[in-house]
Amino acid sequence: MTKVLELHGITKRFGTLTANDDVTLTLAEGEILALLGENGAGKTTLMNILFGHYAADAGTVRVFGEELPPGLPRAAIEVGVGMVHQHFTLAGNLTVLENVMLGSESLTRARSARSEARKKLLQIAERFGLPVNPEAKVRSLSVGERQRVEILKALYRDARILILDEPTAVLARPEAMRLFETLRDMTKEGLSLIFISHKLHEVMAASDRVAVLRGGKMVAERKTSETNPGELAELMVGRKVERPVRHDHEIGAPVLIANNVRVEEDDEMRLDDVSFTVHAGEILGIVGVSGNGQASLGGLLSGLVHPSAGQLALLDEDIGQLGPRGMIRAGAGRVPEDRHAEGVVGELSLWENAVLERLRTPEFSRRGFVRQRAAREYTSGLIERFDIRGANPDTRTRLLSGGNMQKLILGRVLTNGPRFVLANQPTRGLDEGAIAAVHAELLAARAEGAAILLISEELEEAVALSDRIQAIVKGRLSKPISADEADPQRLGLMMAGVWKEDDDAA
Amino acid sequence: MMRLERRTHVPLYLVVIAPLAAIFIALLLAAGLIAAAGVNPLTAYGEMLTGALGSRLSITEMLTRATPLIFTGLAAAVAFRARLWNIGGEGQFFVGALVTAWIGHSLGVPGWIGIPLLMLAGMAAGAALLAGPAYLRLRFGVDEVVTTLLLNFIVILFVGLMIEGPMRDPLAFGWPSSVPVDGDFRLPDLIPRTRLHIGLLFAIAAAGAVWLILARTVFGAETRAAGLNASAAAFAGISLPRTIMGVALLSGALAGLAGSVEVMGVTAGVTTTMSPGFGYAGIVVAMLAALHPAGVVAAAVFVATVFVGADAMSRATGVPSFIADVIVALCLLTMIVALLFTTYRVRR
Repeated sequence: MTKVLELHGITKRFGTLTANDDVTLTLAEGEILALLGENGAGKTTLMNILFGHYAADAGTVRVFGEELPPGLPRAAIEVGVGMVHQHFTLAGNLTVLENVMLGSESLTRARSARSEARKKLLQIAERFGLPVNPEAKVRSLSVGERQRVEILKALYRDARILILDEPTAVLARPEAMRLFETLRDMTKEGLSLIFISHKLHEVMAASDRVAVLRGGKMVAERKTSETNPGELAELMVGRKVERPVRHDHEIGAPVLIANNVRVEEDDEMRLDDVSFTVHAGEILGIVGVSGNGQASLGGLLSGLVHPSAGQLALLDEDIGQLGPRGMIRAGAGRVPEDRHAEGVVGELSLWENAVLERLRTPEFSRRGFVRQRAAREYTSGLIERFDIRGANPDTRTRLLSGGNMQKLILGRVLTNGPRFVLANQPTRGLDEGAIAAVHAELLAARAEGAAILLISEELEEAVALSDRIQAIVKGRLSKPISADEADPQRLGLMMAGVWKEDDDAA
Repeated sequence: MMRLERRTHVPLYLVVIAPLAAIFIALLLAAGLIAAAGVNPLTAYGEMLTGALGSRLSITEMLTRATPLIFTGLAAAVAFRARLWNIGGEGQFFVGALVTAWIGHSLGVPGWIGIPLLMLAGMAAGAALLAGPAYLRLRFGVDEVVTTLLLNFIVILFVGLMIEGPMRDPLAFGWPSSVPVDGDFRLPDLIPRTRLHIGLLFAIAAAGAVWLILARTVFGAETRAAGLNASAAAFAGISLPRTIMGVALLSGALAGLAGSVEVMGVTAGVTTTMSPGFGYAGIVVAMLAALHPAGVVAAAVFVATVFVGADAMSRATGVPSFIADVIVALCLLTMIVALLFTTYRVRR
């Protein structure tokens, strides 16, 4: 097969960090190559160099045998490289067609060639099996459809090599599978693809070949048919990592009870008559496609939003109207969905973040003054107990890796011996080693009798950790099923909103 | 292509160098204007330096000027740290001054009670003036940059009204000035036969108090968290409205105190020309200090040196003393650029 792309000896440093270290990579025509690696392994940097967003410190990029000038995205586009970013770069108030045309039109042309463009777009959509309505406003499209527009945008510019950065990060499982089918069809049309991922199952399912990056170095290349998830995981992490396993044990009395709770935000019904119960020593998993009310459920159990109807009780205390501090006093611990936006103040030190929720308790303040020594000692304890690496109490929190930041947040929540814990997407964006650590902590809290509500978009995670699972769809909750009955097919149906009316937990 | 890359760590030397570099470049730019006025910039800056620091008298004069700047600089620093953009220091300065003169004119108590009382009154007036814009922002999302800035003009016109009308000083022979504070409430001189008064000590004490509040109290910690990441602070249960209002009261009080101390220490009565823009210059002071209370004292001394020195330079060389305003304004711009380079580094 002919090589369409060759990266040779690529090295890129940011300050003291070497993001790519002498990386060599080739792509054959009609091939799907998976670029696998943990967060920070240098995958995105490498692709940004290929696309010309960054200039490499050393090394060359050849496309169709021709060397690309470094640092010029336009040159990459002209030879037929297209990139689909993880975070979409679409204008919501424009139509699909306008978004696709944006930037590929000459500025000096008096009249825009709408009808020609429309024809070309529809042709491409037909040829590659990516149906769209060119006149729809992007704002009104689902996430999956928006991604289709992103891909079309690249194809419209005659891309023959397509790079997809974590293309499934925002997609539900069925959508992701559909995407990979489409990508497979596209290779038959002569396209060559690289997709970036840290998810083993999709790499196994969708690629021809896998290249594994670790710490900026290319550590292995395998034919997908000749490897297995275990080997890839080990290559990716650099050691054997096993996620901890949940053991059956006695479930205790109800701790948190939600009864026909409604939440309205911005005059919209976000949670519609939801009911659930979490027992001591139990993990209740809430699964669902992103954007179906998880944010409001998280807000509700964090004390940030309040029910407009129904009851929410923690150990017989009505907590519906309590704020964050009231919730904590009542015995709740909260792990927020987004650790950077809500979990920590990045510019503050570890110790300040460790005590942020409890600044006004006698433990950490006296007569309005912060007890800094007590706070630092407490934080040292957290660092040791939760294995937070590369930090002391005075380190700026934003310098922590995602996994260590999450351990800090878990530590702050779990050392108080909470009776109820909200864990909202606790492993999102974490690497395999950190995921295992977070899972172990949650299971340990469960063993100690905490009632845990886990909101997750990762089915494997929900199934592995939860005793019972409910699906959230458009602000409504399905009836719980026990984890033993939770096969992927049944969960898939539940997440699609298919459950019998009498299964409705409302 | 050049790009900016965030530094993982800002070394201390950069924190110190940034304002010095900013000042240096501002002086360099202003040198162009001085040269355009037909004067050798080095001569002009030399005159400026001797004018502000060349004699015992000029130093005390400079420190007298620095005193209100420390207060208004602290006011801006406190507010900016919490991302409350208080541009109304000038107005708060004037209400503090006005209330002090008004009460202090006829207050029948001994000085040692009256002086603290009048300072509190000035603080209350300044705080009250900023509480309004803070409330409007919290309740209706009204931009406080607009409200605080516009209030300055309203307050100064109001001061004009008062000193032409109800508070007019009949002994000022038609000179537009308010009635003066009673002699018992004049602040004692720090150095005899100069204008330098003990208000300077109050200002330095205020800087210490502000540092203590920001660095050591629960209120300070909550303010910092809310200013740096409002949603994380809210998630942790910190009440943003209470924090913002607390900061507004503290900031307004400091600017009001500036006016109060200036009246009791220097002018006795209020005139519309008593401030050469102390409130606005306080913003520059705060920025040059990188919002740090100790830095505020140093930056206030620098800005006062420019103000006082420019007058001397103007007398000696004929360059208009407005050059002081130009230098101070340039410092704000260059400091903002310097801050960019302390947080980011340039990469190719």
